[in-house]
Amino acid sequence: MIVAIASGKGGTGKTTVAVNLALSLSGDVQLLDCDVEAPNAHLFLRANPEGNDVIGIPVPDVDVDLCNQCGECSRLCQYNAIAVLGTGVVVFPELCHGCGGCTLVCPEKAISEVMRPIGVVEEARAGQLWLVQGRLNVGEALVPPLIRAVRAKKHDQGMVLVDAPPGTSCSMIAAVRGSDFVVLVTEPTPFGLNDLALAVETVRVLGIPHGVVINRAGSGDDGVKEYCDAEGLEILLEIPDDRRIAETYSRGLALVTNIPETRPLFASLAARLEALAPVGRGCRAEKGLPRAHA
Amino acid sequence: MKIAVTSIGGGADSEVDPRFGRASAFVFFDTDTGKYVNVDNTVGVNASQGAGVRAAEAISQLGAEVLITGHCGPKAFRTLRAAGIEIFTVSSGSVAEAIEHFKFEELTSMSSPDVGGHWG
Repeated sequence: MIVAIASGKGGTGKTTVAVNLALSLSGDVQLLDCDVEAPNAHLFLRANPEGNDVIGIPVPDVDVDLCNQCGECSRLCQYNAIAVLGTGVVVFPELCHGCGGCTLVCPEKAISEVMRPIGVVEEARAGQLWLVQGRLNVGEALVPPLIRAVRAKKHDQGMVLVDAPPGTSCSMIAAVRGSDFVVLVTEPTPFGLNDLALAVETVRVLGIPHGVVINRAGSGDDGVKEYCDAEGLEILLEIPDDRRIAETYSRGLALVTNIPETRPLFASLAARLEALAPVGRGCRAEKGLPRAHA
Repeated sequence: MKIAVTSIGGGADSEVDPRFGRASAFVFFDTDTGKYVNVDNTVGVNASQGAGVRAAEAISQLGAEVLITGHCGPKAFRTLRAAGIEIFTVSSGSVAEAIEHFKFEELTSMSSPDVGGHWG
């Protein structure tokens, strides 16, 4: 079973929930840190992910001797990564999303593909937990292909948790797509509510069952609860607004191993999610993901 | 020779649009005939990215040899250079005034991009 932990707003506690949930589940647990622009789950697990699995995207390489400047490639490219001029062809690999369309439409077969690295996938073992993380190259803007590479590492058995990047853009969708359930983490503030609503609308379009975790419960206002009530959303867990939790987090420590009172909170969330997993069934088959939509 | 000028709204009397890739329109001036022709740039305005690249390609295909605009970023600059289009900048004024300044050689040719990407 794949459970994605996501949120519309950044800094609501996705990684806190993902890590402490991972430590509260029984059996084999795999945590996929898909927040590839800032993978930080490893800090709280005291793990050192390693590996040299370089992920790249195919970008066009034009053979100027074969190119007759017909312009088919440029007309197809929605990202303006290739320009055909009377004097030659100019390629901007940093604009290319790696769809491969230009190579396919070139009547002269003048375009071949070369790999442009965008990041790496790294792995680490932390006790019973298997951590996989993507790490995007500095300055890189294209995120979804790396997230899909991390997602492709998922085990077929046991619980797979996905720590998604914040927001509701392509990168969040790449991380949560194909999950069996999405845990939406929010905070009881107007910002938290606004971005929770965006995230709820997104996962509804994706057709994935979802529930809400309210972090820093007791602070802020009642807007999030009223929204969940009105929309029929299950509140899976409320993490209290407690200074010890903030201090433990800021030391880079897991809550469940350092604050005993938090154990039953995450144990109940783990039990709730385990109850959702269909008996005798592994992970849902990944749906075919379109290659071009990055 | 055809001169492309970025324009707010089109027409000889319109203001020069300081943006290149996302300029609202281009006005082409033909020095041989003395005529102005408006060219739409909706594709550039709505481009998700690479608007300057697309605009440079478009004016190249329409035969521009000279571009007059306000600013030019790195990718547009590289594409315009590759197309052999010379770039001149003005800080304000109408399209017709910019053409006059060019004719009297009062504009200086641009030798490097003057803004970063995503400026417009």
